[in-house]
Amino acid sequence: MNYFPDEVIDHVFDFVTSNRDRNVISLVCKSWYRIERLSRQRVFIGNCYAISPERLIARFPGVRSLTLKGKPHFADFNLVPPDWGGFVYPWIDALARSKVNLEELRLKRMVVTDDGLELISRSFVNFKSLVLVSCEGFTTDGLAAIAANCRFLRELDLQENEVEDHRGQWLNCFPDSCTSLVSLNFACLKGDINLAALERLVARSPYLKSLRLSRAVPLDTLQKILVRAPQLVDLGVGSFVHDPDSETYNKLVTAIEKCKSMRSLSGFLEVSAYCLPAIYPICSGLTSLNLSYAPGIPGSELTKLIRHCRKLQRLWILDCIGDKGLGVVASSCKELQELRVFPSDPYGVGNAAVTEEGLVAISRGCPKLNSLLYFCQQMTNAALKIVAQNCPNFIRFRLCILEPTKPDSSTNQPLDEGFGAIVQSCKGVRRLSLSGLLTDQVFNYIGTFAEQLEMLSIAFAGDNDKGMLYVLNGCKKIRKLEIRDCPFGNIALLTDVGKYETMRSLWMSSCDITLGGCKTLAKKMPRLNVEIINENNEMEDCIDDEQKVERMYLYRTLVGPRKDAPEHVWTL
Amino acid sequence: MSPPLLGVEEGGGNTSTVATSPSIDGASHDCLGLKERNYLGLSDCSSVDSSAVSSLSDENKSNLNLKATELTLGLPGSQSPEREPKLCLLSSGKLDEKPLFPLLPLKDGICSSSLQKNIASGNKRGFSDTIDEFSELKSSKYPDGNWMFHATGPAPETAQCGGQGKFPGNAGMKAMLPSRTSGAQATVPKEALPKPAPECPRALNGAGVSQTRASNNAPAAKAQVVGWPPIRSYRKNTLATTSKDNDEVDGKPGPGALYVKVSMDGAPYLRKVDLRNYSTYQELSSSLEKMFSGFTIGQCGSNGTPGREMLNESKLRDFLHGSEYVLTYEDKDGDWMLVGDVPWE
Repeated sequence: MNYFPDEVIDHVFDFVTSNRDRNVISLVCKSWYRIERLSRQRVFIGNCYAISPERLIARFPGVRSLTLKGKPHFADFNLVPPDWGGFVYPWIDALARSKVNLEELRLKRMVVTDDGLELISRSFVNFKSLVLVSCEGFTTDGLAAIAANCRFLRELDLQENEVEDHRGQWLNCFPDSCTSLVSLNFACLKGDINLAALERLVARSPYLKSLRLSRAVPLDTLQKILVRAPQLVDLGVGSFVHDPDSETYNKLVTAIEKCKSMRSLSGFLEVSAYCLPAIYPICSGLTSLNLSYAPGIPGSELTKLIRHCRKLQRLWILDCIGDKGLGVVASSCKELQELRVFPSDPYGVGNAAVTEEGLVAISRGCPKLNSLLYFCQQMTNAALKIVAQNCPNFIRFRLCILEPTKPDSSTNQPLDEGFGAIVQSCKGVRRLSLSGLLTDQVFNYIGTFAEQLEMLSIAFAGDNDKGMLYVLNGCKKIRKLEIRDCPFGNIALLTDVGKYETMRSLWMSSCDITLGGCKTLAKKMPRLNVEIINENNEMEDCIDDEQKVERMYLYRTLVGPRKDAPEHVWTL
Repeated sequence: MSPPLLGVEEGGGNTSTVATSPSIDGASHDCLGLKERNYLGLSDCSSVDSSAVSSLSDENKSNLNLKATELTLGLPGSQSPEREPKLCLLSSGKLDEKPLFPLLPLKDGICSSSLQKNIASGNKRGFSDTIDEFSELKSSKYPDGNWMFHATGPAPETAQCGGQGKFPGNAGMKAMLPSRTSGAQATVPKEALPKPAPECPRALNGAGVSQTRASNNAPAAKAQVVGWPPIRSYRKNTLATTSKDNDEVDGKPGPGALYVKVSMDGAPYLRKVDLRNYSTYQELSSSLEKMFSGFTIGQCGSNGTPGREMLNESKLRDFLHGSEYVLTYEDKDGDWMLVGDVPWE
């Protein structure tokens, strides 16, 4: 029963910001459902095909910020054909026509077009923030439209997108009256930049806190920018190459010293190690450092730099830092929470790689570690057990041993026990990626202990269907399951079909499921879209139910099969 | 542009036959194979990244030209998998590679990319060879992640090629295997993986070296799995092109050390210098003078091979005692240029 007027409840709900909480609130009663839906401003849609724009607008007419995700995660690794889908235009179109007061759009793995960007810029007067992560399909012309027309733009954040660079003057398109920028990230652009326009833009943006430059921005421009914007909190360096004895370099050092608020550093897309000492003065304040795109910094220089960064909480780095370098990280960065070590030579053979030793050293030195992505040459069960013991707080644990199905390098055993130790010790783990030689036993551990697990990525693991069933039966909170090259077949797929409606999606590629199995599943579960992704006419000629399916992606949806799938993607 | 080699080939006679082709079995010709291995094996990531890629592009360019002139004493395109680890001892130090590479005729110009050339030629051998090598489990000695088979698709290709850094000849491979590759691939790793890392010989840079040798065989021995390791294509492409672009755009030095090969006519082996250690041409030439002063002046000239990090192929001849020797380099257009005209930066 409600004893309060709606306005009061509405006001109370304003304090509930988490969407999960708001989802729960809306289930209490019809009244609360109504109040909540009318007041919700931030909507998150994890799979753009699970719902339609019309239904979104119908339920949440007051939406101001929309987050949409498109392609499945494995699209990052070229496992999904480029025209699979994830088009954002229909969403923008629908929102524009319904006169939604959209202020923020955050997209991940979606196809964005210049038309779409232009439509945004013309339709939403109060548009403030555009964040595109791993998107594609647009050019700098689209960016020019955003720059030119969004009068109150605060944030333009382009992360790791494939942007066709027309080398136009999109930066020039920010009108002189635009002084509201808080965050500008164009690091992923590959073309030339109008440096003068950039400098002027920075000069008239007193609120600018975050600036990430592309490789085309040289050191001398950086120096001029920093002089104008010493208030920056987050900086992405473009090119960092210069003669350390020059006046420009000295001016840069002076400028950097004045950036007392700097907390996050990234980029260095082109860097000469000799120039790195310029940033030592601000290292002591850094909480986040991303050098994973900085090619060719020798491990010794990396460690010298990191020794200065004693407050670091997040570190993304290339494996050329080596195990010893990780030891330095462990002894210097006691506050470290997130570590990502990327391979500098993914197909090469590990002279510059890290091993289990580096990880163990980190676990010993950094007890607050809760998020890990670690590409390494080898791993042992013993090491994983030590890590599990030292760091019980893992939320994300992603380990990638570069060679598929590689066993414990000292005992030659599968790595079941090691990962088992991780899930047993880290009761809060929400995301897990496995690698190395693994049998069904590891899935038994996961199903038994990983109670909070929401996302699991498996490759080249398991012995038979039991493995997958352990996970489906045991992990009550699993939302995303992605499997490749595992011997799981129809039995695993079909044993508990209801489970998939409790999950966002399931991806299976190069497994043992057949077309017949997928058809059965699709028939039983009408609220799932079961998509078979073919390529190169893999399955054109023989549409035999016994045929193994190369790629299957299924997801729950309220709106039935999508209409924008390309020819080679079948929805069963 | 062909550098004047005149007496080179002959002069290098004795050693050249031995050391001619990188494809020769390294077991019998110790010095040889090393240099190529070192590229990818020895150095730290600075060179690994760029070397993998720039050599790749080098190789792409030079592959076709030089195959015709290649002297091989082994089986054509054969890649001997067995290279004793101790051989790598010959190269000391991580970044400073001293290949004991005798003088070679024209095709020497591809030395640095010979590794890739091997690989490419390995690729061109075709699928059956791949399977042969594979079934022999030669790959078992090299527990690295060098998967080489490119099973699918149009679009991924560029991304893959960008990231692979070693195996450009995927197209050839692609045609050979049936579309249903997962089965093959899935079983492959299990077969190919009998030996754990510790068996990998650990000489100086043993791990690196042996593994680079593995990568030499890898195209034959291991198929590269699509989408593995799980790195975002954006990241793969960026890291791959970063070093390449550095060189292409304006010859600006990119990563850390900028090593270029220096060959002197008549010297039994080449040297490498880090251009970053110098700030003027004078310094460079006097340092080269010192480096090569040990050699009597001979008639042979070996062609320096492309520097790892730079697409500008540099072949320098020593400036010794006045006019006997002249410093020249081959720029990215393939023209022979006199050192000293362009400002040092």
